[in-house]
Amino acid sequence: MSRDLQETEKQPLLKVRNLSKIYGSSCKSCLELTGPDMESNICPRCGSVVACGNISFNVYPGEIIGIVGESGSGKSTLIKSLYFDETPTSGEVYLQCFENGETNLLSISSQKKRWVRNHLMGIVYQNPYLGLKMDFSCGGNIAEKLLAADWYHVGKIRKRAKELLSKVEIPLERMDDLPRTFSGGMQQRVQISKALANNPPLLLLDEVTTGLDVSVQAQILDLIRQIQREFGITMIVVSHDFAVIRMLTDRTLVMKNGRVVESGLTDQVMEDPQHPYTQLLINSMI
Amino acid sequence: MSVILQVENLGKVFIMHHFNQKKIIGCRSVNFSVHEGEFVGITGKSGAGKSTVLKCIYRTYLPTNGRILFQSKLFGKIDLARSAEQDIISIRHHEMGYVSQFLNVLPRVTALNVVAEALMEMGCDNERAVFQAKTMLRYFQIPENLWDAYPNTFSGGEKLRLNLARAMIKRPRLLLLDEPTASLDNQSKGPVKEMILELKRSGTSMIGIFHDIEFMKDVVDTSYTMNQGYLKEGIVA
Repeated sequence: MSRDLQETEKQPLLKVRNLSKIYGSSCKSCLELTGPDMESNICPRCGSVVACGNISFNVYPGEIIGIVGESGSGKSTLIKSLYFDETPTSGEVYLQCFENGETNLLSISSQKKRWVRNHLMGIVYQNPYLGLKMDFSCGGNIAEKLLAADWYHVGKIRKRAKELLSKVEIPLERMDDLPRTFSGGMQQRVQISKALANNPPLLLLDEVTTGLDVSVQAQILDLIRQIQREFGITMIVVSHDFAVIRMLTDRTLVMKNGRVVESGLTDQVMEDPQHPYTQLLINSMI
Repeated sequence: MSVILQVENLGKVFIMHHFNQKKIIGCRSVNFSVHEGEFVGITGKSGAGKSTVLKCIYRTYLPTNGRILFQSKLFGKIDLARSAEQDIISIRHHEMGYVSQFLNVLPRVTALNVVAEALMEMGCDNERAVFQAKTMLRYFQIPENLWDAYPNTFSGGEKLRLNLARAMIKRPRLLLLDEPTASLDNQSKGPVKEMILELKRSGTSMIGIFHDIEFMKDVVDTSYTMNQGYLKEGIVA
């Protein structure tokens, strides 16, 4: 019965509580006067943009959770806030593998934030130019991430880079080439290998297949599934595409105007959507 | 025999926001229970609400009212209509299976892996999962040259048998079957019937939707009929 106990006592790996990100001067009424009910994320009183408003959710170890919504709904701001690329206006974020999940990551020093990001997280951006240094070799890109995570032995770094590149099926002959010379799909695979370099417990994927050919999309999605199966990494997948969400995730959050309007099991959200906006999204599928 | 599932006053209303809040009733005040090793059969016209009941139990639909009490090995007595999504996922992986008339698998996964991955979800190691998956595919008479093919090219009957193989290999405690014989010829029905009887003997409880009354007679213990969202005991032709 030991496994049964583990099942029931699962602690969330990531807890996000009331996270808000407001661009602009912001006033007391920003959160109240924006959101899906107002059909806008612009505060009519002060003109600030509420990219994310009071977002709360849990992510459990080993699961892939999806965040879906149209462009401008706040998905990317949310994921970038979790990676410290953006500084949220308010809220709390707890990671179970950092100080036992008792410290709010948004309140720690920037030095500690860097440590958390380098050791406990990986991210893959929609635009490979954000995730990769195009004038560093592929191996160099991976080495950069490993150095940040306190790997100092050149031989070991090189070995790990080879291991990762073959995992994502980049020919090793091209290890010393610049990602600038690669196709979009290959750049995305190099970005994934870089994000995985430090074996992060949490991987953030922001529209990673958007803009790629369907056959390349399929390769990337299969790769993500394979990585999840092999390493059991916890992932947050952001996409505007329900087909991607259906393929990868067990649970889904739906965002509109900076708010989570609905969350549930992915098959439930797709077959029995509750919120008018989710119904519209599902009806809009081609 | 103890009760494994108790459905109390289950109702499901769909609200279509884009058609002026139009309401569609899926099912209303549905009551029934399932004992360990019991097979409950449900018949009725299409549109009567049979699949709605099954999907509410599997939580693909969010019930509007009522309770669905499941005697879980992992969590004890749990209301599937209200419990945390995380718990539903665990129950789906370990205790409850669902077979629909349509094969719903991920693209680019071979037939063999579809079945093997079902076992790996439960924590079974790779090698053993593949071995058992092969046995299961053989049992359901899926030709060996299809094992390494993608199921989207399969015939209706092959898809259905693959679906059954994937659900039954887990030997779930509760199995939901939505027309398990819909696209099978008489010859293929044999192994399905055998497998159902064998699962019953090993204690699996089942709820099945049937149009095939002949097939149903041989496997069910209790039968119900649905009409306009209501469930009644017995078969009403």
